[in-house]
Amino acid sequence: MVEVRLENLKKYFDKGRVKAVDGVNLTIKDGEFLVLLGPSGCGKTTTLRMIAGLETPTGGKIWFGERDVTYLPPKDRNISMVFQSYAVWPHMTVYDNIAFPLKIKKYPKDEIDKRVKWAAELLQIEELLDRYPAQLSGGQRQRVAVARAIVVEPDVLLMDEPLSNLDAKLRVTMRAEIKKLQTKLKVTTIYVTHDQVEAMTMGDRIAVMNKGKLLQVGPPTEVYLKPNSIFVATFIGAPEMNLLEVSVKEKDDSIILEGEGFEIPLSRDFKELLERYIDKTVVFGIRPEHMTIEGISSLEHVKRSTTIEGTVDFIEALGTDTIVHANIGSGQIIKVKLPGHIPLEVGSKVKIVIDLDNIHVFDKDTEKAII
Amino acid sequence: MNQETKFMLKRLAFYAFIFTVVAWIVIPIIISTLYGFALPKDYYDPKKVIPTSFTIKYVKTLLFTLGALDGIKNSVIVALITIAISFAFGIPAGYAVAKFIFPGKDTIKLSIVALRMFPIPVMAIPLVILYIKLNLIDTLLGVALAHTAMALPFVVLITSSIFAGVSTELEEAGMVFGLTRLGSFFRITLPLALPGLAAAAMFTFVMSWNEVFVASILTLSHRTLPAQILSIMAGASGGAAPDYYKFAAAFIMILPAITFIFFARKYLVTMWGITLK
Amino acid sequence: MKVKSSYIPYLLILPAFAYLLFFVGYPLVQALYTAFTQNGQFSLATVRKTFADPYFWEALKYTIALAGVIVPTQVGLALILALAVNRAFKGKDLTIYVLTIPLTISDVAAGLIWYSMLSPSGFLNKLLLKIGLINQPIYFFGYQYRHMEFLAIVLAELWRATSIVFVIILAGLQMISNEYLEAAEVFGADYWTRLRKIVIPLLKPSIQSALIIRTLFAMQIFGIVWILAGRDIPILAGEGFYRLTELKEYDVASIYALVIAGLSLLLGALYIKFMKAEYLEVRR
Repeated sequence: MVEVRLENLKKYFDKGRVKAVDGVNLTIKDGEFLVLLGPSGCGKTTTLRMIAGLETPTGGKIWFGERDVTYLPPKDRNISMVFQSYAVWPHMTVYDNIAFPLKIKKYPKDEIDKRVKWAAELLQIEELLDRYPAQLSGGQRQRVAVARAIVVEPDVLLMDEPLSNLDAKLRVTMRAEIKKLQTKLKVTTIYVTHDQVEAMTMGDRIAVMNKGKLLQVGPPTEVYLKPNSIFVATFIGAPEMNLLEVSVKEKDDSIILEGEGFEIPLSRDFKELLERYIDKTVVFGIRPEHMTIEGISSLEHVKRSTTIEGTVDFIEALGTDTIVHANIGSGQIIKVKLPGHIPLEVGSKVKIVIDLDNIHVFDKDTEKAII
Repeated sequence: MNQETKFMLKRLAFYAFIFTVVAWIVIPIIISTLYGFALPKDYYDPKKVIPTSFTIKYVKTLLFTLGALDGIKNSVIVALITIAISFAFGIPAGYAVAKFIFPGKDTIKLSIVALRMFPIPVMAIPLVILYIKLNLIDTLLGVALAHTAMALPFVVLITSSIFAGVSTELEEAGMVFGLTRLGSFFRITLPLALPGLAAAAMFTFVMSWNEVFVASILTLSHRTLPAQILSIMAGASGGAAPDYYKFAAAFIMILPAITFIFFARKYLVTMWGITLK
Repeated sequence: MKVKSSYIPYLLILPAFAYLLFFVGYPLVQALYTAFTQNGQFSLATVRKTFADPYFWEALKYTIALAGVIVPTQVGLALILALAVNRAFKGKDLTIYVLTIPLTISDVAAGLIWYSMLSPSGFLNKLLLKIGLINQPIYFFGYQYRHMEFLAIVLAELWRATSIVFVIILAGLQMISNEYLEAAEVFGADYWTRLRKIVIPLLKPSIQSALIIRTLFAMQIFGIVWILAGRDIPILAGEGFYRLTELKEYDVASIYALVIAGLSLLLGALYIKFMKAEYLEVRR
């Protein structure tokens, strides 16, 4: 039960040419479930391995509470880890696998037995205790790995994409189970994944990384509704946020965003923010689920909106939702996500309603969010 | 002693260990080669640990007067025949094991490995009687046939994993575009398997080149190099030849083997990993 | 496509399989016949003749003694070497190549090479004389120095054949996934604990293979002894060879061959029985 603090953490390879982790500052609160989210190669696994002690940082510090653990070997950090391929030792029974951390720490025999059975029960693998890993399915092996990780009471629990090797249905079940387990045990957990659905459903907070840098940290709703950069905005949410290049123009004492063939009026509150961008190009963003089509459905809680005209180019019927691809002129396609089945035809003209309280504007060069 | 010094000392000890081991392997080879080319007076001089004057006289005598050159010729012929026959039988078998599923496959694989474990003297000694009857005694072909029996299991296992490494899809693409299965084998699989096969051939060559027991039993006048050397040098107490001939002989024997394996070294550890499975 | 074909695979394998069966089966049958028949009738006369010869028991004793000393030492050495070498360091490839050079050296050549090291005017003696550690050369060869000859053979075999065990163990070591070791590290195990509880158990199959292979070959030890000690140190294969080539006693030679085969079979079976790795046997 410990707070983990990363101070300007760096990991460089190849004499500094490859910056896997480039100055990450992050505090993970005691008992929190923090998800490190990002595409492959973004540095999240390297960061996790440095927290574990499996990699030595090139620079920066790692604190567990008051302890500086930066250069401590893994065995002295009181951590547990669930590996991507589970790393369940094939030559030991399930019981011995789970008991291993306790045996190393020289717990008395009856205590070991008690804890192993407790962990096995939590993960529902009590009948498997005397089997060998070769006799188990992937999902069962994964549970063994988790049971092994919780059996000692670690200060920090680390998980490296533990669900990525499971089939889709199992993944959904395990997601809930792991989250429930963590809430019950209240152990500080750092969870690495590239799957943004996992991150959104499991994390107390999400830390988005790309190219070795930490881009944004916050609770799921915050990262979703208020992304601070184009990368975060497009990485979270499926289908991706629609992005269009527009110019900022003054019109009748207020600001509008002028695109090719459409206009988006903005509230006066944004005038200050956008003042320096007048007559310049910016990137306008709107999520597919924050739009609707006039006459088909309505966004009840939308206070302010505006309409754009378009032609239906393509329809994805997903059963629970429908994604309408609309051409709004000059080949620009935006995706609109609507609930249920939508009886539209390709080629029909539609009016797309945009929820003005959920628009985003990004600086074209820095890619940071202005609104 | 802080962390850094401990770390450096550990590294030093490690490299010292590696150096000792490498030296342990390499020094005897260097020494015997040097001694093979040394003048007797240098060799017998107790003060000269390393000889300084050299001659190729003894190597020459060994080759020409004592018949080592013939031995070399015979060894090469035997080795080449061994490669030819063992590959001719082994490659089809290896291909079958790699690309087909059929009942009894595992048993067959296991028995091939078991046959390799069969002790050589048990094979060779009774073979003499048979060879006498078949007029194969004291022939190079006879030795080659015996060597093939020793090499076959290895060839089958190695070629099967080499062929397994050639993606079946490549062969199928060949067949889609007009080749028969056999044609696909010759024009696609074989060329792709060539490096592995070359390495296997080199290993087979070395195995045959070094084999001494069977060769000594089955030949009298057409001896392979090891058989010949054995008959000349055998028995330290009654060894016919002076010491420096021994070393010259060692040099001749190891030269081709070492050069070959230098070229095939990448395959060594992977090959054993494969045969283990 | 793995073709579930009818007869093609069998046809392809048949030549090789038949060839091997012949070259193993025929000699075996022939050896049994030669050893156990006289004038067409089953007889133990040859067996008695062989057992009466003191050289037989000497050969049996020395073959087993040599194996007993050499094989475990080799496995131990090879294990240390493989563990040392299985990490990234400068010159790793070169080191591995050098360590496998002895694989290419025949036992005869190895014997000759070690003769150059241990002969009265050999490298070791000259070196020690020069440094002043000894006044007289250490004699490794000659009938009266039989125990030294034994030592010479052990040294030469260790030099030559440890590489085989090394390669087998190294291959096995490389197959152990690094994650198994990292997991152990995370859960608190230091280097020696990881070695004992993770690496060695997972290496058991490789060690078993190596032991079987080396022991079987040790039963057939020939060239190296013949070069370094002649008949001073009798060994089974050597005596068989001598009986066949010098005395033309095919029957006695066959007995020697069969004893080698019998010992090999027995030891192989013992290894398999006692070194079973249970975790490999279980199935889902």
